[in-house]
Amino acid sequence: MLSRTAANLYWIGRYMERAEFACRLIEATIRLSALGHPGDAEPAWRSALSVVGAEDSFAAAGEGLTPFNATRYLMLTEENGGSIRSCIAAARDNARAARTALTVEVWQAINRAWQVVRGRSSPGGVQNALNLVEELKAEMRGFEGAVGRMLRTEGFWFLRLGSVIERSDNTARLIDVKYYLLLPPGQVVGGTLDRDQWTTILQTVAARTAYRHLYQGPLQPWLVAELLLLRREMPRSLAASADTTVNLLSALAGRTGRQGPADRLARKRSARLEDTQIGAVLQSGLHEWLHDQIRDNAALDEAIARQFRFG
Amino acid sequence: MVAAGAFDELWGASRNRAPRAGFEALAAWLRDLPPAELDRRQQAAEAAFRSLGITFAVYGDEQAAERIIPFDIIPRIFTSGEWAALAAGLEQRVRAINAFLDDVYGERRILADGAIPADIVLGNAQYCAPCAGMRPPHGIHAHICGIDMVRTGPDDFWVLEDNARTPSGVSYMLENREAMLRLCPELFELLDVEPVDSYPELLRDTLHSVAPARAKGAVCVLLTPGHHNSAYYEHSFLADNMGIELVEGSDLEVDDDIVWMRTIDGPVRVDVIYRRIDDAFLDPLFFRPDSLLGVPGLLAAYLAGNVTLVNAPGTGIADDKAIYSYMPEIVRYYTGEEPKLRNVETWRCRERDALRYTLDHLEELVVKPVDGSGGYGMLVGPTAPRADLERFRAMLKAEPHRYIAQPTLALSTVPTFTERGVAPRHVDFRPFVLTGADGFRIVPGGLTRVALREGSLVVNSSQGGGTKDSFILSPTPQGG
Repeated sequence: MLSRTAANLYWIGRYMERAEFACRLIEATIRLSALGHPGDAEPAWRSALSVVGAEDSFAAAGEGLTPFNATRYLMLTEENGGSIRSCIAAARDNARAARTALTVEVWQAINRAWQVVRGRSSPGGVQNALNLVEELKAEMRGFEGAVGRMLRTEGFWFLRLGSVIERSDNTARLIDVKYYLLLPPGQVVGGTLDRDQWTTILQTVAARTAYRHLYQGPLQPWLVAELLLLRREMPRSLAASADTTVNLLSALAGRTGRQGPADRLARKRSARLEDTQIGAVLQSGLHEWLHDQIRDNAALDEAIARQFRFG
Repeated sequence: MVAAGAFDELWGASRNRAPRAGFEALAAWLRDLPPAELDRRQQAAEAAFRSLGITFAVYGDEQAAERIIPFDIIPRIFTSGEWAALAAGLEQRVRAINAFLDDVYGERRILADGAIPADIVLGNAQYCAPCAGMRPPHGIHAHICGIDMVRTGPDDFWVLEDNARTPSGVSYMLENREAMLRLCPELFELLDVEPVDSYPELLRDTLHSVAPARAKGAVCVLLTPGHHNSAYYEHSFLADNMGIELVEGSDLEVDDDIVWMRTIDGPVRVDVIYRRIDDAFLDPLFFRPDSLLGVPGLLAAYLAGNVTLVNAPGTGIADDKAIYSYMPEIVRYYTGEEPKLRNVETWRCRERDALRYTLDHLEELVVKPVDGSGGYGMLVGPTAPRADLERFRAMLKAEPHRYIAQPTLALSTVPTFTERGVAPRHVDFRPFVLTGADGFRIVPGGLTRVALREGSLVVNSSQGGGTKDSFILSPTPQGG
């Protein structure tokens, strides 16, 4: 497989995952700001912008921090490279360049998602925005399904590798922004707003019912952290993403007959997460720990690009 | 304006009363199909093309960066007899084109013999001087030719243009057939149509047959300018169907006159490049230094015989409009036969008498720039507004060598689905001729382009033309 094609596929995976994460983030934030007092909307949207690192660029665009403006910025603004629209456009551009490596089904799924956002400049009212999110999530499921039916060869593995690297980054960022809610560990918890915040986090990573199944008790901040960081049953957790990364790289190594620095980094990360207890993480400082995770993930991304000559 | 006097391929001169012999089944199908059903199928075809992303980009039209070429579901038909005559003529013409290229980049006998003027070849911008003395494997330069033909009567076929560089459109021949099989399956029961779907295999065989001698299990690739190119869909379609890599210039590198492609397993040596990049962009070291599309060192690798380029650089000298007028002489010179396909009478405006004739008859002629393509920059005298005629008159006087003139042909028409029902529209035809080490391969079919505007003679997709499927009927046991 051409190195450029591998890079195209990897970035399709990353951009589609980023778009899906943005969908969930918007959906959960709309819910959060609807639940609270009128004054709670602004911090909710500020925090959403900060999760995807768009706080500064949004402020620079000079628009007031209203739910409508923030929704539009996260969803449709072309100038925001991380908006859902920009992500899908970038995924589609990569898909066009790697057309021969994709099934017609995968291409059509991306193309359909693009038809949903192209030419749209306003999310409309809250109800319309939720409908749009719902429509996009359906297209994303279509994409996931189409990818799932690809041959298990390099193309599939590079696409998945992109998704899973992106996922690690998104999950870590989400928790990092909300970490002040989970700390300090000894503090009495249980206020209504806090409960809503945790629910929002869980919803963003599609884990509301997963929490109930695994813990069967009231929401506890350290358990939310454990679920999203260390539980391997939870597909969006850092630990599960780290395991999947190792597996995908081994599959590629099995095909090309060679391993490299990316394989070693991925294995080390997976083993480290296996030995980590949530209590120790909270004790030593969640914020610092998460930053290490984001940095390791970026280093892995670079190692993958070098190992497969993405250029 | 020409439709009234034009030859209709379905109805002949009967004015819609009786179909020509062999076309009865199509006429009956057309008569029995309710207009609403025709409309529904037409819409379904367009939806399918859009969802597959079979699009093309029109230069200078940013709004419609990805448009679909309009597809008309009423097929155009050639009888087996018509096709046999055409195919024989195509083979003869392409044989002559390759012999001509091998000669002008080799011994230059035709110039020494004075059969055509030397300056028109050697002084031509299309002549690739660095390639002089280079003989590609088996002496084949133009492996893929898309010969543009028009028709004016039952037996009157004319060659309009010999596309010997990087002719496009073959994916439409294949996709149009797929669309027809889905949308009008009953037609294939009524008519015995020759299949076209072997084209990608034949093309792959052709590429393999011209690999450099060293190559065992040759690695062939398709080189595209990239996914923003107007024909990118076709590039990806062909690469996919041949099972070869679709590469961009940045995927290739030349080291010590050997071409390598960058893969996840490391460099892989490349033997044959089916390139869909024009000569000028092929290698910034030799041609346009500002080109980002090509590969530095590619021409040197080709001249060293380490890689075969399909088509070879410099084939533009064979389809240049100034050379075109000499094609009958070229065919006679290399085949010793009379040309089976006719050339349209051409006035070379570089010649004083021809220029005078052209200026005196501008309202009747089609004027084309010798280096133009895609229907851009041409004048169709009979339909041109006054101002255009005057503009061309001035341009012809200023730079006569840049133009040729031809009579306006009454292009044949074929029934076509329009907003106001089925009506005749003018068509042309581009069959594709492959030349490999082991001979010619011509798939029974081609690209029929149709001028959708009433009376229009310009069929180019960039100028509002559409396409149709072209049915070649199988010979019947009786020899029909």
